[in-house]
Amino acid sequence: MTDSTAPTLTVGDIVAERTVHLTRESLVRYAGASGDFNPIHYRDDVAAEVGLPGVLAHGMLTMGIAVETIMPWLGDAGRIVEYGARFTRPVVVDAQDGADLVIVAKVGALDEDIARIDLTVTFADTAVLGKTQVRVRLGG
Amino acid sequence: MSVNPDLVGRAFPPTAPYLVGREKVREFARAVFATDPQHSDPEAARALGYADVVAPPTFAMVVQDLTLQQLLAEPDSGIALERTVHAEQRFHYTRPIVAGDELVARLRITNIRPFGKGAMVTSEAAIEDATGAHVVTATSVLLIGGEVA
Repeated sequence: MTDSTAPTLTVGDIVAERTVHLTRESLVRYAGASGDFNPIHYRDDVAAEVGLPGVLAHGMLTMGIAVETIMPWLGDAGRIVEYGARFTRPVVVDAQDGADLVIVAKVGALDEDIARIDLTVTFADTAVLGKTQVRVRLGG
Repeated sequence: MSVNPDLVGRAFPPTAPYLVGREKVREFARAVFATDPQHSDPEAARALGYADVVAPPTFAMVVQDLTLQQLLAEPDSGIALERTVHAEQRFHYTRPIVAGDELVARLRITNIRPFGKGAMVTSEAAIEDATGAHVVTATSVLLIGGEVA
Protein backbone atom coordinates (compact mmCIF):
# COMPACT_ATOMS: atom_id res chain seq x y z
CA MET A 1 0.00 0.00 0.00
CA THR A 2 2.80 2.37 -0.84
CA ASP A 3 0.95 3.75 -3.84
CA SER A 4 -0.28 7.26 -3.29
CA THR A 5 -1.66 7.98 -6.75
CA ALA A 6 -4.47 5.47 -7.26
CA PRO A 7 -7.00 6.43 -4.61
CA THR A 8 -7.06 10.09 -5.47
CA LEU A 9 -7.37 9.94 -9.27
CA THR A 10 -10.39 11.38 -11.04
CA VAL A 11 -11.19 11.37 -14.74
CA GLY A 12 -10.03 14.68 -16.18
CA ASP A 13 -7.15 15.17 -13.73
CA ILE A 14 -3.92 16.43 -15.26
CA VAL A 15 -1.22 14.09 -13.96
CA ALA A 16 1.74 15.63 -15.82
CA GLU A 17 2.64 18.23 -18.40
CA ARG A 18 5.77 19.62 -19.96
CA THR A 19 7.13 21.57 -22.91
CA VAL A 20 10.08 20.16 -24.82
CA HIS A 21 12.13 22.34 -27.12
CA LEU A 22 13.38 20.42 -30.17
CA THR A 23 16.28 21.54 -32.29
CA ARG A 24 17.99 19.98 -35.31
CA GLU A 25 20.49 18.56 -32.84
CA SER A 26 17.62 16.70 -31.12
CA LEU A 27 16.71 15.08 -34.43
CA VAL A 28 20.28 14.02 -35.19
CA ARG A 29 20.60 12.65 -31.66
CA TYR A 30 17.40 10.61 -32.06
CA ALA A 31 18.50 9.39 -35.50
CA GLY A 32 21.69 8.04 -33.95
CA ALA A 33 20.01 6.55 -30.90
CA SER A 34 17.19 4.88 -32.83
CA GLY A 35 18.96 4.00 -36.07
CA ASP A 36 16.35 5.86 -38.14
CA PHE A 37 18.51 7.82 -40.58
CA ASN A 38 15.78 8.88 -43.00
CA PRO A 39 17.24 12.15 -44.37
CA ILE A 40 13.89 13.99 -44.18
CA HIS A 41 14.75 14.34 -40.48
CA TYR A 42 17.96 16.32 -41.00
CA ARG A 43 18.31 17.49 -44.63
CA ASP A 44 16.36 20.49 -45.91
CA ASP A 45 17.10 19.66 -49.54
CA VAL A 46 15.71 16.12 -49.27
CA ALA A 47 12.65 17.32 -47.32
CA ALA A 48 11.94 19.91 -50.03
CA GLU A 49 12.46 17.36 -52.81
CA VAL A 50 9.73 15.09 -51.45
CA GLY A 51 7.35 18.01 -50.96
CA LEU A 52 7.53 18.44 -47.19
CA PRO A 53 7.15 21.86 -45.53
CA GLY A 54 10.57 21.39 -43.91
CA VAL A 55 12.72 18.99 -41.91
CA LEU A 56 10.40 16.94 -39.67
CA ALA A 57 10.82 15.37 -36.26
CA HIS A 58 10.59 11.56 -36.30
CA GLY A 59 7.06 10.48 -35.33
CA MET A 60 8.65 8.01 -32.93
CA LEU A 61 10.65 10.81 -31.30
CA THR A 62 7.45 12.75 -30.62
CA MET A 63 5.76 9.57 -29.34
CA GLY A 64 8.75 8.77 -27.14
CA ILE A 65 8.90 12.27 -25.65
CA ALA A 66 5.14 12.24 -25.05
CA VAL A 67 5.06 9.09 -22.89
CA GLU A 68 8.10 10.10 -20.86
CA THR A 69 6.14 13.09 -19.61
CA ILE A 70 4.24 10.80 -17.24
CA MET A 71 7.23 8.73 -16.06
CA PRO A 72 8.14 10.78 -12.94
CA TRP A 73 4.47 10.61 -11.88
CA LEU A 74 4.19 6.92 -12.72
CA GLY A 75 7.48 6.01 -11.07
CA ASP A 76 7.99 2.70 -12.88
CA ALA A 77 7.88 1.94 -16.63
CA GLY A 78 6.68 -1.54 -15.62
CA ARG A 79 3.25 -0.10 -14.86
CA ILE A 80 2.66 0.59 -18.55
CA VAL A 81 0.49 -2.09 -20.14
CA GLU A 82 -0.15 -0.51 -23.51
CA TYR A 83 0.80 2.62 -25.43
CA GLY A 84 -0.42 3.72 -28.83
CA ALA A 85 -0.58 6.78 -31.05
CA ARG A 86 -1.51 7.89 -34.54
CA PHE A 87 0.80 10.18 -36.46
CA THR A 88 -1.53 12.84 -37.75
CA ARG A 89 0.42 16.08 -38.31
CA PRO A 90 4.11 16.81 -38.99
CA VAL A 91 6.36 18.62 -36.52
CA VAL A 92 8.49 20.98 -38.61
CA VAL A 93 11.76 21.75 -36.83
CA ASP A 94 13.15 25.07 -38.02
CA ALA A 95 16.95 25.22 -38.33
CA GLN A 96 17.09 28.48 -36.34
CA ASP A 97 14.08 28.43 -34.05
CA GLY A 98 13.54 24.71 -33.48
CA ALA A 99 10.07 23.62 -32.37
CA ASP A 100 8.22 23.46 -29.06
CA LEU A 101 6.18 20.38 -28.23
CA VAL A 102 3.58 20.88 -25.50
CA ILE A 103 2.44 17.70 -23.79
CA VAL A 104 -0.48 17.39 -21.38
CA ALA A 105 -1.36 14.07 -19.73
CA LYS A 106 -4.90 13.64 -18.38
CA VAL A 107 -6.78 10.77 -16.85
CA GLY A 108 -9.09 9.61 -19.66
CA ALA A 109 -10.74 6.64 -17.99
CA LEU A 110 -10.48 4.62 -14.79
CA ASP A 111 -11.06 0.91 -14.51
CA GLU A 112 -10.51 -1.20 -11.39
CA ASP A 113 -6.73 -1.17 -11.39
CA ILE A 114 -6.04 0.32 -14.82
CA ALA A 115 -6.04 3.99 -15.74
CA ARG A 116 -6.11 5.27 -19.28
CA ILE A 117 -3.94 8.34 -19.58
CA ASP A 118 -4.69 10.48 -22.62
CA LEU A 119 -1.80 12.53 -23.94
CA THR A 120 -2.28 15.62 -26.03
CA VAL A 121 0.78 16.70 -27.96
CA THR A 122 0.65 20.04 -29.70
CA PHE A 123 3.05 21.97 -31.88
CA ALA A 124 2.18 25.53 -32.92
CA ASP A 125 -1.26 25.08 -31.29
CA THR A 126 -2.06 22.05 -33.47
CA ALA A 127 -2.36 18.47 -32.21
CA VAL A 128 0.30 16.36 -33.93
CA LEU A 129 -0.54 12.93 -32.50
CA GLY A 130 -3.98 11.34 -32.47
CA LYS A 131 -5.54 8.94 -29.98
CA THR A 132 -2.40 8.97 -27.86
CA GLN A 133 -3.29 6.71 -24.97
CA VAL A 134 -1.28 4.96 -22.27
CA ARG A 135 -2.87 2.24 -20.20
CA VAL A 136 -1.18 2.01 -16.81
CA ARG A 137 -1.54 -0.35 -13.88
CA LEU A 138 -2.34 1.32 -10.58
CA GLY A 139 -1.62 0.08 -7.11
CA GLY A 140 1.17 -2.19 -5.88
CA MET B 1 4.13 -3.50 -58.07
CA SER B 2 1.45 -3.20 -55.40
CA VAL B 3 1.62 -4.67 -51.92
CA ASN B 4 1.59 -8.47 -52.07
CA PRO B 5 -1.47 -9.81 -50.20
CA ASP B 6 0.31 -13.15 -49.62
CA LEU B 7 2.45 -11.44 -46.95
CA VAL B 8 -0.38 -12.06 -44.49
CA GLY B 9 0.32 -15.35 -42.79
CA ARG B 10 3.82 -15.71 -44.23
CA ALA B 11 6.32 -17.22 -41.76
CA PHE B 12 9.42 -15.12 -41.08
CA PRO B 13 12.46 -16.35 -39.16
CA PRO B 14 13.15 -14.72 -35.77
CA THR B 15 15.58 -11.80 -35.91
CA ALA B 16 19.17 -12.22 -34.73
CA PRO B 17 19.41 -11.72 -30.94
CA TYR B 18 19.69 -8.04 -29.92
CA LEU B 19 21.67 -7.51 -26.72
CA VAL B 20 20.43 -4.41 -24.89
CA GLY B 21 23.40 -2.41 -23.59
CA ARG B 22 23.29 -0.06 -20.61
CA GLU B 23 24.89 2.78 -22.53
CA LYS B 24 22.46 2.24 -25.43
CA VAL B 25 19.54 2.61 -23.02
CA ARG B 26 21.09 5.80 -21.63
CA GLU B 27 21.71 7.13 -25.14
CA PHE B 28 18.11 6.41 -26.17
CA ALA B 29 16.73 7.88 -22.94
CA ARG B 30 18.64 11.10 -23.53
CA ALA B 31 17.33 11.25 -27.12
CA VAL B 32 13.68 11.09 -25.98
CA PHE B 33 14.20 13.54 -23.09
CA ALA B 34 13.64 10.72 -20.59
CA THR B 35 15.14 12.14 -17.43
CA ASP B 36 13.63 9.76 -14.88
CA PRO B 37 16.53 8.03 -13.07
CA GLN B 38 15.26 4.47 -13.75
CA HIS B 39 16.54 4.93 -17.34
CA SER B 40 20.08 5.97 -16.44
CA ASP B 41 20.91 5.01 -12.85
CA PRO B 42 21.30 1.25 -12.17
CA GLU B 43 20.68 1.83 -8.45
CA ALA B 44 17.37 3.58 -9.14
CA ALA B 45 16.39 0.70 -11.44
CA ARG B 46 17.37 -1.91 -8.83
CA ALA B 47 15.28 -0.10 -6.23
CA LEU B 48 12.30 -0.80 -8.52
CA GLY B 49 13.25 -4.47 -8.77
CA TYR B 50 15.05 -4.47 -12.14
CA ALA B 51 18.47 -5.96 -12.83
CA ASP B 52 19.72 -2.85 -14.65
CA VAL B 53 18.55 0.40 -16.25
CA VAL B 54 15.03 0.35 -17.71
CA ALA B 55 14.56 1.33 -21.35
CA PRO B 56 11.98 4.01 -22.21
CA PRO B 57 8.74 2.48 -23.54
CA THR B 58 9.36 3.32 -27.19
CA PHE B 59 12.82 1.67 -27.19
CA ALA B 60 10.98 -1.46 -28.41
CA MET B 61 10.89 0.25 -31.82
CA VAL B 62 14.64 -0.27 -32.15
CA VAL B 63 14.07 -4.03 -31.99
CA GLN B 64 10.92 -3.90 -34.10
CA ASP B 65 12.88 -2.09 -36.77
CA LEU B 66 14.85 -5.29 -37.39
CA THR B 67 11.60 -6.92 -38.48
CA LEU B 68 10.69 -4.00 -40.72
CA GLN B 69 14.08 -4.47 -42.42
CA GLN B 70 13.11 -8.12 -42.97
CA LEU B 71 9.86 -7.00 -44.54
CA LEU B 72 11.55 -4.50 -46.85
CA ALA B 73 14.06 -7.19 -47.88
CA GLU B 74 11.31 -9.55 -49.12
CA PRO B 75 11.79 -9.40 -52.90
CA ASP B 76 8.07 -9.79 -53.65
CA SER B 77 6.64 -7.53 -50.89
CA GLY B 78 5.74 -4.62 -53.15
CA ILE B 79 6.74 -2.31 -50.29
CA ALA B 80 9.28 0.40 -51.01
CA LEU B 81 10.65 2.51 -48.16
CA GLU B 82 10.34 5.79 -50.07
CA ARG B 83 6.58 5.24 -50.47
CA THR B 84 6.04 4.21 -46.85
CA VAL B 85 4.50 6.45 -44.20
CA HIS B 86 4.27 5.42 -40.54
CA ALA B 87 0.59 6.00 -39.73
CA GLU B 88 0.14 4.43 -36.32
CA GLN B 89 2.17 2.67 -33.62
CA ARG B 90 1.18 0.55 -30.65
CA PHE B 91 2.98 -1.41 -27.93
CA HIS B 92 1.58 -4.11 -25.64
CA TYR B 93 3.90 -4.77 -22.71
CA THR B 94 4.36 -7.77 -20.49
CA ARG B 95 7.35 -6.03 -18.90
CA PRO B 96 9.73 -3.20 -19.80
CA ILE B 97 12.98 -3.84 -21.68
CA VAL B 98 15.98 -3.79 -19.32
CA ALA B 99 19.72 -3.54 -20.07
CA GLY B 100 21.16 -7.04 -20.35
CA ASP B 101 18.10 -8.43 -22.15
CA GLU B 102 18.82 -10.48 -25.24
CA LEU B 103 15.80 -10.02 -27.46
CA VAL B 104 14.49 -11.67 -30.60
CA ALA B 105 11.52 -10.45 -32.62
CA ARG B 106 9.11 -12.43 -34.76
CA LEU B 107 7.45 -10.62 -37.62
CA ARG B 108 3.86 -11.17 -38.65
CA ILE B 109 1.84 -9.25 -41.18
CA THR B 110 -1.63 -9.32 -39.70
CA ASN B 111 -3.60 -7.17 -42.12
CA ILE B 112 -3.37 -5.59 -45.55
CA ARG B 113 -6.20 -3.47 -46.85
CA PRO B 114 -6.50 -1.21 -49.87
CA PHE B 115 -6.16 2.49 -49.16
CA GLY B 116 -6.49 4.86 -52.09
CA LYS B 117 -4.00 3.71 -54.73
CA GLY B 118 -1.92 1.98 -52.08
CA ALA B 119 -2.45 -0.14 -48.99
CA MET B 120 -2.50 -0.05 -45.20
CA VAL B 121 -0.22 -2.76 -43.86
CA THR B 122 -0.28 -3.87 -40.21
CA SER B 123 3.07 -5.28 -39.17
CA GLU B 124 3.50 -6.89 -35.78
CA ALA B 125 6.71 -7.83 -33.96
CA ALA B 126 6.44 -10.13 -30.94
CA ILE B 127 9.56 -9.53 -28.85
CA GLU B 128 10.81 -12.24 -26.48
CA ASP B 129 13.76 -12.53 -24.12
CA ALA B 130 16.41 -15.29 -24.06
CA THR B 131 14.13 -17.56 -22.02
CA GLY B 132 11.40 -17.29 -24.65
CA ALA B 133 9.20 -15.17 -22.38
CA HIS B 134 7.14 -12.42 -23.98
CA VAL B 135 8.39 -8.87 -23.32
CA VAL B 136 6.47 -6.60 -25.68
CA THR B 137 4.57 -6.75 -28.94
CA ALA B 138 5.08 -3.76 -31.22
CA THR B 139 2.55 -3.06 -33.96
CA SER B 140 3.01 -0.61 -36.80
CA VAL B 141 0.42 0.50 -39.30
CA LEU B 142 2.21 1.50 -42.48
CA LEU B 143 0.62 3.42 -45.30
CA ILE B 144 2.16 2.27 -48.55
CA GLY B 145 1.58 4.74 -51.36
CA GLY B 146 0.66 3.61 -54.86
CA GLU B 147 3.25 3.51 -57.61
CA VAL B 148 4.02 6.95 -59.02
CA ALA B 149 3.21 6.79 -62.74
